[in-house]
Amino acid sequence: MINFLLNDSLISLSDVRPNLTVLEYLREHARLTGTKEGCASGDCGACTVVLAELNTNTQQLEYKSINSCITLVAALHGKQLITIEHLANGKNLHPVQQAMVDHHASQCGFCTPGFVMSMFALYQAQHNKNAKCINRETVEHALSGNLCRCTGYRPILDAALDACQQYQPDKFANNAKQTIHNLATIENGAEVTGICIPESKQALQQAKQDYPKARLVAGGTDIALESTQQYKDFDSVIYLGRVKELNRLEETDTGLVIGAGVTYQMLLPLLVKHFPETEELIQRLGSMPVRNQGTMGGNIANASPIGDTPPLLIALNARIVVDNGTQQRSLPAVGFFTGYRQTQMHDDEWIDSIEIPYRQPNTLLRAYKVSKRFEDDISTVCAVFSVLLNNGKVQQVNVGFGGVAATPMSLNKLGIALHNLEWSSQETLKKGQHILGNAFAPITDVRASAEYRQTLLSNLWHRFWLETHQIATQSVVVRVN
Amino acid sequence: MRKLITPKSVSETQNRTDQNLPKDKLSVAHESAIQHVTGSASYIDDLPEPQNTRYAAIGLTQHAKGKITRLNLDPVRQAPGVIDVIDINDIPGHTDIGPVFKGDPILADHEIRFHGQALFAVLANSVREARQAALLAHYELEEETPILSVEHAHAENTFVRPVHTMSRGDHETAIQNSEHQISGSLTIGGQEHLYLEGQAALAIPSDNSSLIVYSSTQHPSEVQKLIAEVLDWRLHKVNVEIRRMGGAFGGKETQAAQWACLASVLAVRNQCAVKLRLPRAQDMQVTGKRHPFSNHYQVGFNKEGVIQGSNIHINGNCGHSPDLSDAIVDRAMFHCDNAYYLGDCYIEGHRCQTNQVSHTAFRGFGGPQGMIMGEAIIDRIARVIGEDPLTVRKRNYYNEQRNQTHYGMEVEHFSLPQLVQQLEEKSDYWTRREAITVFNNTNPFVKKGLALTPVKFGISFTAQLLNQAGALVHIYTDGSLQVNHGGTEMGQGLHTKIQQIAAHEFGLPLNYIEVTATRTDKVPNTSPTAASSGTDLNGKAVQNACITLKQRLADFISEKYEVSAQSVTFENGKVIAGALSFEFAKLIQDAYVNRIQLSANGFYKTPKIHYARSTGKGRPFFYFANGAAVSEVTLDTLTGEYKVERVDILHDVGNSINPSLDIGQIEGGFIQGMGWLTTEELVWDEKGRLLSQNPATYKIPAIGDLPKIFNVELFDQANPEDTIYHSKAVGEPPFMLAISVWSAIKDAISSLSNYQIDPDLHPPATPEAVLKAIQSIASKTDSKDKNEASQ
Repeated sequence: MINFLLNDSLISLSDVRPNLTVLEYLREHARLTGTKEGCASGDCGACTVVLAELNTNTQQLEYKSINSCITLVAALHGKQLITIEHLANGKNLHPVQQAMVDHHASQCGFCTPGFVMSMFALYQAQHNKNAKCINRETVEHALSGNLCRCTGYRPILDAALDACQQYQPDKFANNAKQTIHNLATIENGAEVTGICIPESKQALQQAKQDYPKARLVAGGTDIALESTQQYKDFDSVIYLGRVKELNRLEETDTGLVIGAGVTYQMLLPLLVKHFPETEELIQRLGSMPVRNQGTMGGNIANASPIGDTPPLLIALNARIVVDNGTQQRSLPAVGFFTGYRQTQMHDDEWIDSIEIPYRQPNTLLRAYKVSKRFEDDISTVCAVFSVLLNNGKVQQVNVGFGGVAATPMSLNKLGIALHNLEWSSQETLKKGQHILGNAFAPITDVRASAEYRQTLLSNLWHRFWLETHQIATQSVVVRVN
Repeated sequence: MRKLITPKSVSETQNRTDQNLPKDKLSVAHESAIQHVTGSASYIDDLPEPQNTRYAAIGLTQHAKGKITRLNLDPVRQAPGVIDVIDINDIPGHTDIGPVFKGDPILADHEIRFHGQALFAVLANSVREARQAALLAHYELEEETPILSVEHAHAENTFVRPVHTMSRGDHETAIQNSEHQISGSLTIGGQEHLYLEGQAALAIPSDNSSLIVYSSTQHPSEVQKLIAEVLDWRLHKVNVEIRRMGGAFGGKETQAAQWACLASVLAVRNQCAVKLRLPRAQDMQVTGKRHPFSNHYQVGFNKEGVIQGSNIHINGNCGHSPDLSDAIVDRAMFHCDNAYYLGDCYIEGHRCQTNQVSHTAFRGFGGPQGMIMGEAIIDRIARVIGEDPLTVRKRNYYNEQRNQTHYGMEVEHFSLPQLVQQLEEKSDYWTRREAITVFNNTNPFVKKGLALTPVKFGISFTAQLLNQAGALVHIYTDGSLQVNHGGTEMGQGLHTKIQQIAAHEFGLPLNYIEVTATRTDKVPNTSPTAASSGTDLNGKAVQNACITLKQRLADFISEKYEVSAQSVTFENGKVIAGALSFEFAKLIQDAYVNRIQLSANGFYKTPKIHYARSTGKGRPFFYFANGAAVSEVTLDTLTGEYKVERVDILHDVGNSINPSLDIGQIEGGFIQGMGWLTTEELVWDEKGRLLSQNPATYKIPAIGDLPKIFNVELFDQANPEDTIYHSKAVGEPPFMLAISVWSAIKDAISSLSNYQIDPDLHPPATPEAVLKAIQSIASKTDSKDKNEASQ
């Protein structure tokens, strides 16, 4: 059984196809049509719903916006699924709904339920924090996955600021105790034909043996598209979100350990603490709902040449730990990707975790993403540069690139060519530009031409040099923010 | 005697509307706002389904051009859950659903016209089974080389409609005799509508061999007509209803019909309710876009930069069929002057036929692709004579001497110079210009740009017959009203404005007025809700019906109480005749008892308009809507990335009926226009396949693209023409304010040449296109420097 709360009602699903999405469940099974399908690919946010889940550390409910169109029902187990129909308290609109009305923030209304739900998650986040930290930037992040074609967003932004900057306990806060109690009655080890929800590493190993054809699903933000866009049916799925070992997030003596099931949004604060230069890249990875669901482990396992975390991991000298339940292997991120959507993993393995060593002092680091649209877009080129200096001279260069070849790429010859050169010298700039401009043979596709990608590689190196070299004059702006 | 309801006094309710109240009181919320935010507003796919509902899907061609030699639909028929499969041979009536001209087969006949053309339709027990089955067809074909560009169409001489020209005087001599001559070209990208609610229809067989069809359409009457034709039925057997669309923007003007027709054919064949809803990627492949254009100009001007003569060639990529392209290319031609007098001129407009989906209406309807030519010309003139583009714009405005458009319409009541003057001051244009010059001089890698561009947009359908509207108003015996009209609600707030108009006419609170779903059996033979005309046409028709009813009531009072009918007024829920005052509902009951007809229809047709295609002269527009925008951008010369920092808009909506809704249209139109000119790039491969066919690869603006500073104000001036309450249409005109963003990006790039060169920046100005323009201007500047050094 997959057991969850649909708004306030306890639901048990036993007979569903493994690739049934939450959106399909809501609209076709539960006949709740307030949640809309705009694209069925996680790109428009019309289907946004909120999942509430107990944080066992704080003993409080955490509310996360997700794209119901690319979330499989397996992910609902043990959670509260909140939909647009449930927000108002009788005839009283929820503050985020009221603000949307007051600011004239709906026109055609089709995207509106999704916006309201994203805003609702942001509103709830204020329960635990100081409401003053809501500003335009946090609203933009929270609503980055919701497209509106009518309003141009200004009234929506105003509504979000208006509602979320003045938190008042709502019916969800008042009912929290009851909700926590109801969630606690849901037991582990749910099993439905074709859907396996292991709670531990051992159970995962067993599930892999029982369902050899099963697809492993963490956030599911990529795999769900096979069902919703190509109409493929899955024999079975193993949902990884509840495997304890995969959800660890640790600062060890030597570096960070990020469990493969940790979502982007969960790992962001720790990553930014140690590598603040990577914040923009992670904040621009997908949208808030995608970051609430998607995992670094999933991004690596998919081995997409345009994923944004592999270039980062390559440049940070990370290692990827794979596991089959009895044996673990630790593999460097460099070389992990062997071909288009292929890795060094064996069929019986899964990704356990990612290990990122702490940086050495005097490391210059930048992570750049160029795309047509700033938010929620796939990289035309992703470039991560890490240069270790000693007395101003280049000691080591680690770089990772996405969008330039069939796999995420590194580039050893850059380090060799620049070794011991003065970082702030023109020579470092020119040599790097020359090497990068000729290093790869990218393709022309829907996002950009091969020539543009090549030029970008060279010019991003230029930007990196401008931003980090010592003679950079402070009054000159080198980047559009 | 029948018992009548106990009427409530209006004073018990609030929420009244009155044109004499301050403007913010008119800014009532969208009539569906509460339903929107609670998820209770129903769209086609949300409607309760009849018990016997089945689901349809369509199968698409995988080639752009060729003749089908064999089609095998057996694997589709044999797939699980499949009930019925139809191809074009199964259509009982007309097989061509072209809206104005023929050319749009409902399903592909033996000839494939574009990649992704609907080839067959399948009906199954579930949506998923239908869509899975639709992937299983096989066909064989004699493949032919597709025509994919305007240039290729010209070379092969393929056009969907004949060329049209407009001219004045001797343009060649005027250009030759000018101090300066310039020429240039602009390829202008198309645009996907990306309405959030995709195409959808639900057809339900009804009593006595009739059909009720719920269709997400801007043009229910045309859907009704086409369904009747494909079924070989009379129109009176088909009712089409639409309560609201989840966005349309022109994409549901003609192109909603195909899906409603297919659902209807399947519903009648199988005697069950049929729903056909296109999945997003399919929607983006099978429906037309804003037309891509490829335009050229040659202009002569004097040393002040004033245009003396122009020769402009407009080439619309229409796709495979005419659809609405004749009128769209015409509108591009009508607007290539924008706000400027073109001197002696010649405008030639081609309707190029290509093997693409049939491109269609989209907010602005060709106007934007014409208007941008006017602005391109001005920008280039400014660089030649070394003046600020705004100065050159002002010198070229229509004025008292130069006051006739190239199609012979006098530009009356031209408020743009005054409006621009106000905006210039509000936005601090010249101070910011100086600050930007300083910034650009000190920053080698990041550059700023600024531009002010105006909009003058003609209001009326250029097809005269469409400028008519009908309405139906009922008063019930509790004093509440039902209002129906031919317009459709797609988010623009038309029903809200209509509600306000009816409430104002009767002096009643808004909650006395219910605007009901658009239905072909309430108001027949309607025009599409398009051309920004919704409120202008339907508002007047509703007012007309209200006036009829008020006259009947006044006559009744006059007769009964022996007062003058002229003295009767309707205000604050009361009907007042001299010293007499009646509660509205009580008067209505009295009128009912005395057998006064409490239902009326209304009608309106736009006056003054005419256009003769044979001469290319006339007055196609009732009036012009005006506006202007100032945009400031910052761009990165290393990557071509940029950000729109600040936008100031002043826009003329006449007397606003609802300022909040109008500002919503302006802001939304602007951002949509900005998307068209910046991130929204349609990419087809060499086989004619659309690669940007989902929102992962086709990028409309997101919330972070909203300019940090975005000031929008209404220009306060009544429309001198007799429109509804002297308001002005607002749907399309603000879209073109976004040309200021494109112009500002060019301004920033031009700074690299010290404003000597106007860069070639073909929209959409993606970061890649911007970097290309930067590289091109850098090489031109280099060679210019070298030439100057060698002299």
